[in-house]
Amino acid sequence: MTALQEVATRKPPASASVRREALYFALRNPKLLIGAAIVLLFLLAGLVGPLLVSATPNEYVGKPMDPPSSEYWFGTTTFGQDVFAQFVHGLRTTFLVGVLGGGIAAIVGMMVGFVAGYRGGLVDEVLNMITNIILVLPALAVLLIINAYLGIRSVGAQALFIGLTSWPWAARAIRAQTFSLRGRDFVDLARLSGANTWKIITREIGPNMSSYLLLTFILLFGNSILIASSLDFIGLGPTEGVSLGLMLQNASQWSAMQLGLWWWFIPPGAAITAIVGALYVANVGLDEVFNPKLRQT
Amino acid sequence: MLRLDNVTKVYKVGAFGGKTLTAVDRVSFDVRPGEVVSLIGESGSGKSTLGRMILGLVPASGGSITFEGTPVKPGKAYYRNVQGVFQDPFSTFNPVFKADRVFAMIREAYFPGVADADWTARLRTALQDVRLDPDQVLGKFPHQLSGGQLQRLLIARALLLDIRLLVADEITSMLDASTRIDVLNVLADLKERGLGVLYITHDLSLGHYLAERTVVLRHGEVVETGVTEAVFTRPLHPYTRQLLAAVPRMHAPWEDAEPVETCLYHKHGATGRLYAAAEDHLVACARLGDCPKES
Repeated sequence: MTALQEVATRKPPASASVRREALYFALRNPKLLIGAAIVLLFLLAGLVGPLLVSATPNEYVGKPMDPPSSEYWFGTTTFGQDVFAQFVHGLRTTFLVGVLGGGIAAIVGMMVGFVAGYRGGLVDEVLNMITNIILVLPALAVLLIINAYLGIRSVGAQALFIGLTSWPWAARAIRAQTFSLRGRDFVDLARLSGANTWKIITREIGPNMSSYLLLTFILLFGNSILIASSLDFIGLGPTEGVSLGLMLQNASQWSAMQLGLWWWFIPPGAAITAIVGALYVANVGLDEVFNPKLRQT
Repeated sequence: MLRLDNVTKVYKVGAFGGKTLTAVDRVSFDVRPGEVVSLIGESGSGKSTLGRMILGLVPASGGSITFEGTPVKPGKAYYRNVQGVFQDPFSTFNPVFKADRVFAMIREAYFPGVADADWTARLRTALQDVRLDPDQVLGKFPHQLSGGQLQRLLIARALLLDIRLLVADEITSMLDASTRIDVLNVLADLKERGLGVLYITHDLSLGHYLAERTVVLRHGEVVETGVTEAVFTRPLHPYTRQLLAAVPRMHAPWEDAEPVETCLYHKHGATGRLYAAAEDHLVACARLGDCPKES
């Protein structure tokens, strides 16, 4: 079989729908597969892990400062807490904050960005003004005030706050992208086909930047995790439970690095890096899946 | 069928919209059924803006555009009768979807009740009408098709709607000479079927080849309009003469246009926008815009 014939036979059948075809290419993209596999691995650990270990990860269970062993896979903290138990519980919280915070920010950012970019004019001016106001709002100071008055300390509230303060740059990026796409002839053609604004945004402009939107979500997701970690670090995190950020904070507070307790801070740090990094690699792969011009075949 | 009456488009420009730019200035003409009208002008003369106003994609600032006596109102009902094909076929197709999605959009919006087999038959007929092999073009992405194929797909798309007027905006300018003739012949076929075609172009010879009537546009204003033969053989306005003289000809040396000594418009003391030099042959003042008599 010649190379050309091989390419021809690897093409999906002409009758396959767009979605089936995307799946076809998705399953053959190593970047996407590797990235997704790493994220799913951590997600699985976060979902299943807590069921296998103690439900109370902050309990003092073992000898203090014990290095990794068969009993405590990731060793113990200065106080004898099981680092592995904290790690899997922390993964769960971290994913929750990332998905909720990133999701809220992505939805608000897309709505504002698409509407401002597509409608233009006065709508754009007003939405742009709101975006810029939120953008310059010192999020940390606002949170301090909210916290002092309301004392909200749950994971959900943290995610909501992160979501509602981190959407502006996404809105600006999506607005700019929409602005450049709305002048293209295919938008006019959709209007000539009787499509309304909502349909044009969701069916013409949106799909054109689907990988871009996914990248936005991924960056907001990683951003949420990082903001949550910093909030945890200054003592504004959830009071109950454990997160990867809180683990890092505790490790730093109790001089884990100076004492050589590498098993305390490396797992949460490596997990945050690996999750965000893997999502980025998956995004590059998805770009190739969605954009027919980038496909290798 | 389509009537433009003193259509004007003014854009606000400058930092705070303080200045204005008149892109189209009081343009009037008709397009009748079974007639190709070519709208000729250089870049920036406002011809594409006119096309977009007729399609309802941009609102007119003044004057009226009526189709069968009713003012143009963009929407499903209007687009069932009037469709457009644009200059750049590669930009008219959404690159992330297959090219035949443009047909699916028409089906979804206008023929949701039509059965699959019936629709496929209609689609194949429309594609054969524009001289395309359905098996060759269906199920492909835009970048896998040629510009000529894509333009003909768009004309086929318009034909699915039984349109009465097609606005063809520079549809051949991105095509090579042989595919250009294919597309032009498709347009000639449409004319035979009784469709009105507004053929927007900067290419005089293509306009001459196809059109019954010609409208010459300069800086947003009509300078000369009339039956194509009359405008091309007896051009009265110096701008039209310059345009015609600028077309390179085989077997003939290059000549400058003859200067115009007398302005017909002033000689006859005409009033209004255009002077009727003959029946269906109107011409603007020859002083190229700075005519003191202009209203």
